[in-house]
Amino acid sequence: MGILEVKNVNKSFGGLKALREVNLDVAEGSVHAIIGPNGAGKSTLLNTLIAKLTPDTGSVTFDGRPLIGMTPHQINQIGVARVFQTPEIFGELSLLENVMIPAFARRDGAFGLHAWNQVVAERDIRDRAMSLLADLKLDGKAHVEAQHLSRGDKRRLELAMCLVQEPKLLLLDEPTAGMSRADTNRTIELLKEIAKRGITMVVIEHDMHVVFSLAQKISVLAQGAIIAEDLPENIKGNPKVQEAYLGGAHL
Amino acid sequence: MLGLNKKDTSLFLIVVALTVFAPFILNPFPVGSDLAQFNAGYPDLMQRFLIFGIFAIGFNILFGLTGYLSFGHAAFLGVGSYAGVWMMKLLTMNVVPAILVSVVVAGLFSLLVGWISLRRSGIYFSILTLAFAQMSFALAYSVLTPITGGETGLQLSLSDPRVFGVSATPQGSIPLTNFFGLEMRDSAELALGGWLFTFNAGYYLCAVLMLAAFYVAIRIFRSPFGMMLKAVKSNQQRMQYTGLNPKPYTLAAFVISGMYAGLAGGLMVSMDPLAGAERMFWTASGEVVLMTILGGAGTLIGPVLGAGFIKYMENIVSKINEGILHTWFGFLPDGLEDFVVAVFYPFVGKGWHLTLGIMFMLVVIFLPGGIVEGGQRIARLFRRRPARAHERSVGAPSSSAAE
Ligand SMILES: Nc1ncnc2c1ncn2[C@@H]1O[C@H](COP(=O)(O)OP(=O)(O)OP(=O)(O)O)[C@@H](O)[C@H]1O
Ligand SMILES: [Mg+2]
Repeated sequence: MGILEVKNVNKSFGGLKALREVNLDVAEGSVHAIIGPNGAGKSTLLNTLIAKLTPDTGSVTFDGRPLIGMTPHQINQIGVARVFQTPEIFGELSLLENVMIPAFARRDGAFGLHAWNQVVAERDIRDRAMSLLADLKLDGKAHVEAQHLSRGDKRRLELAMCLVQEPKLLLLDEPTAGMSRADTNRTIELLKEIAKRGITMVVIEHDMHVVFSLAQKISVLAQGAIIAEDLPENIKGNPKVQEAYLGGAHL
Repeated sequence: MLGLNKKDTSLFLIVVALTVFAPFILNPFPVGSDLAQFNAGYPDLMQRFLIFGIFAIGFNILFGLTGYLSFGHAAFLGVGSYAGVWMMKLLTMNVVPAILVSVVVAGLFSLLVGWISLRRSGIYFSILTLAFAQMSFALAYSVLTPITGGETGLQLSLSDPRVFGVSATPQGSIPLTNFFGLEMRDSAELALGGWLFTFNAGYYLCAVLMLAAFYVAIRIFRSPFGMMLKAVKSNQQRMQYTGLNPKPYTLAAFVISGMYAGLAGGLMVSMDPLAGAERMFWTASGEVVLMTILGGAGTLIGPVLGAGFIKYMENIVSKINEGILHTWFGFLPDGLEDFVVAVFYPFVGKGWHLTLGIMFMLVVIFLPGGIVEGGQRIARLFRRRPARAHERSVGAPSSSAAE
């Protein structure tokens, strides 16, 4: 039994069946990749995990608890963090503030009326946020407004925001899109290190170099259905997968 | 100092100094001189600067930080005034219970209004708050007349119980508002040459409370809670997926700003014990929005400047009439004098709203950061160093917005 279990999830948008009978079983401490062509339903699947969308039918269990019916902040509070496909950051706030906010959320819960304490006096939180920014080579920009970052930097900032929470499960929607080759490689190294700490990861990625560097297991999604789930070395040769990509150059 | 950083401490100390010495600063012209009408250093107006300053500081905690634009905050000020007058009718003319109860009652009322209105955001939130305030206004005029005094307003009378005080003075008049015996009307006057300065007890009570309110606002701005309020404005989605519940944060900001409005209402009746429904009319709610935006929403000092600016216009510019304009431009040849007076006339006296409206439009279009941004731009012109110009333009908006 995995830490994350998705059972027979269906989701339609009007007439479009975005997810059909999707099953996913993610082992604790593993890196599980989800690949598939554009529009396959990968992001939609992640959305059903964090209550951004409610599935029409099916169940989602994390750490033995059913997630359906919980609010997004409750799901995060039990240890699920996500990097989005289009970065979701606090654009008007500084990078440091962007990372301190999730750190406060982890320490104080979904709501805390700390109106008298001063942020500058919160040394621990500040230091943790700074060290994460440093891990992602963003510490030089700690006081820049987040909206001025490049797309790749925004994504790394979002990763820092997730990591500062030390989640049990990290959901990554194309974490290296928009990054240079060098930044991509650096991110791979970072993610490997995070995996070593025992954080479970679900990674959506188009870049096969990233997928094969990280994943212990790969699920292939096409037109809303899982068409294959296997070890990386077996996925490459799977004829169904090759057909789904229709000669797609990645494989 | 006081748990604030250097910059905030100096800002706070400047505001303390300006407030303490306002009776001098606002009376720069000798009595009887032509310009004496521009003096704002009389108790009534100085009290109003501070009271509306408090109102705007509180409004800014909601609007400036979370971005939720309430169009009904005057209702909390009005409810606070009624509660204050009731304390004076029932308990004592000491203003302390009146002010405390004003804050508490306004806080409770804003909890109810906020709890309902915050189910929506954006324009729908604004409309809900507006609806609540207009409803309060209409009720105060009609069915709630026994509590609010209806059209005449809520006044003190000789038959009030005032259980901890007296219903009437030995001379048979209504007792005066006081702070443990110090009457709010008490003033000391200082004549220096042609100048006359007035130091009023009520003004200094307002000053102490305004400075306390300002200090608390600075702390809130720099607290983790304040940071969360900025997050509400910036990206509520991200907040939720980060494990934070934006609702209670926004509601807390709403109630805090409602309590500031209640404090303003309580102080208003402490200075002049009369509460009327017109204080809750939508124009009064609009006024605090104007003050905050004109001064600089989301900045610490902006709302105070905006409040001072608008109250100055309302009380001073509005008093300039045609006769005064003629004396000013009397040195011009007759035809030209009439022409110049005709040009200026629409902008002064009763036309002060026109001047205010134009100023407001200019600020919103050219200085979205309000008077504070204007000041910053001027300051930057003087100490521009080319090497730093770029860095500033990148980092400035958020860091300076909070200054
Ligand atoms: N909120 C929504 N409302 C309507 N249709 C949606 C919604 N979200 C996704 N879809 C549709 O569902 C399908 C799956 O979308 P999804 O974003 O999950 O694809 P994806 O696999 O993440 O693709 P990509 O690789 O391009 O990110 C698409 O056809 C998309 O248009
Ligand atoms: Mg996607």
